Amino acid sequence: MLHGQHGQATQKAMEILTALGTIYGAERMLPVISVQIAGVSYANLGEAGLEFLAEMADGGGKARVLTTLNPAGMDVENWQALGVSQEFAVNQQRVLNAFARMNVITTCSCTPYLVGNTPHFGEHIAWAESSAVCYANSVLGARTNREGGPSALAAALTGRTPAYGYHLDENRQPTVTVVVEGCPVETNDFGALGKAIGEKLTKEGKKRVPYLTGIEQASLEQLKSFCASIATYGGAALFHMAGITPEASRMIPPDETIVITQADLDVATQAMTDATSDEVDFVSLGCPHLSIKEIARLAELLAGKKVTKEFWITTARPVKQMADMMGYTQIIEASGAKFAADTCCVVAPIQGRFKALATDSAKACYYAYAKNKFKTVIKSFDEVVAEALK
Amino acid sequence: MKLQGRKIYQGRAEGEALVTSMGISFFGGVDPETGIVVEKGHQLEGQSISGKILVFPTGKGSTVGSYTLYRLKRNGLAPLAIVNAECETITAVGCIISEIPCVDKIPVEQVKTGAFITIDGESGAVEVFDS
Repeated sequence: MLHGQHGQATQKAMEILTALGTIYGAERMLPVISVQIAGVSYANLGEAGLEFLAEMADGGGKARVLTTLNPAGMDVENWQALGVSQEFAVNQQRVLNAFARMNVITTCSCTPYLVGNTPHFGEHIAWAESSAVCYANSVLGARTNREGGPSALAAALTGRTPAYGYHLDENRQPTVTVVVEGCPVETNDFGALGKAIGEKLTKEGKKRVPYLTGIEQASLEQLKSFCASIATYGGAALFHMAGITPEASRMIPPDETIVITQADLDVATQAMTDATSDEVDFVSLGCPHLSIKEIARLAELLAGKKVTKEFWITTARPVKQMADMMGYTQIIEASGAKFAADTCCVVAPIQGRFKALATDSAKACYYAYAKNKFKTVIKSFDEVVAEALK
Repeated sequence: MKLQGRKIYQGRAEGEALVTSMGISFFGGVDPETGIVVEKGHQLEGQSISGKILVFPTGKGSTVGSYTLYRLKRNGLAPLAIVNAECETITAVGCIISEIPCVDKIPVEQVKTGAFITIDGESGAVEVFDS
């Protein structure tokens, strides 16, 4: 592949992986069975990124393994209703076309594991999207580093990744025990927990792998919220949770310990709440993308009611199609809430459109503030819906 | 002065060094339409990296920065080569996709802005001629 027999794009991809292998001291390449590519929104890629992708497609690049995409900058079907400009829509579609030419499945979602890209225990994968990386490593027990857009694409076109980091047993060992004394219940509590732990993960320049104890049970939705938060606030790619994640039982909890109390969770929640209820003009659920179970709950809460604020529901298109089939979409849209499939509030070009966001997602709070300069309020799923109805 | 580093991306270049002791974020930190460093408070703020041998410790920031280097190259505004102390993914990938020679493991503090440098990306050799 490195010498061009498989075409220009594959050669370039292999050059990228070889250089990364050199930098990180990898001794060999590993075959991967699945890839998730980030860098899909035209707002982040710009013309430069688009040109590169088009060049790779022109150079004959084809995905050799199952490859899916991160959220785009818009709902591919419903962009006009969500206020996206024609110019942006055209450019975003050019990005998706370039990926499609490379046989990448253009489901644009941060939850590939909910739409058929679901690696299992011990499999090597190359994923970008920090929350999905954390979910795949920790909850599924698959193995991936935190890839960037180009390195994930390179893995897709070659079916390889350099063997370093979280692919190797020695780097998956926990290095700090986290005793959770607080009691996270709702998705937003798990987000607060991710923030509280995430901000304590780096010590002396080193990122620690946490081993959590004290969580009795956690649903898929709670874990996806936690993964997004600990990856956003702590750069974490992997954690172990006693009794819940698959590698935990093989691991010995380290002596070094961090205790997270209910007060720590309250502080984290407070830090993500600087808007008053009256200021909220934008409500959003689906960071990470909503599961069908969450959409069912939403339909239950919104049935027969009218929302008073701009309310976006972000999810993967295949999940929305399940909602269509079940009649949830109709109920939700009748309330005035809007589906924004294929996209999310982190990557959509919404700067300047709103002042204050209400959400159940710690990750959404971070980007709302850092990227879009919105104020934020974090509440439970049901309370966020109530906020939209108020 | 001869320095031996490590190959990140092949190619030879020679030119004037532009040196900073600060990390560089290409995404948001360098304007791809002008080649000028725009990061607030950066040592190189307001200076153009175009046509220089850019010498800095390591990259930082968003992985989209790789595409910024690519855009600079397309616009004819890229640095001639990059020399790092410790190259990371963003800069390495940017150099590879843009075909910019790159060497790391070089003690960058020994290089001064304005010095004439030659770099051989393949062998990792860097030679500095003080002006």
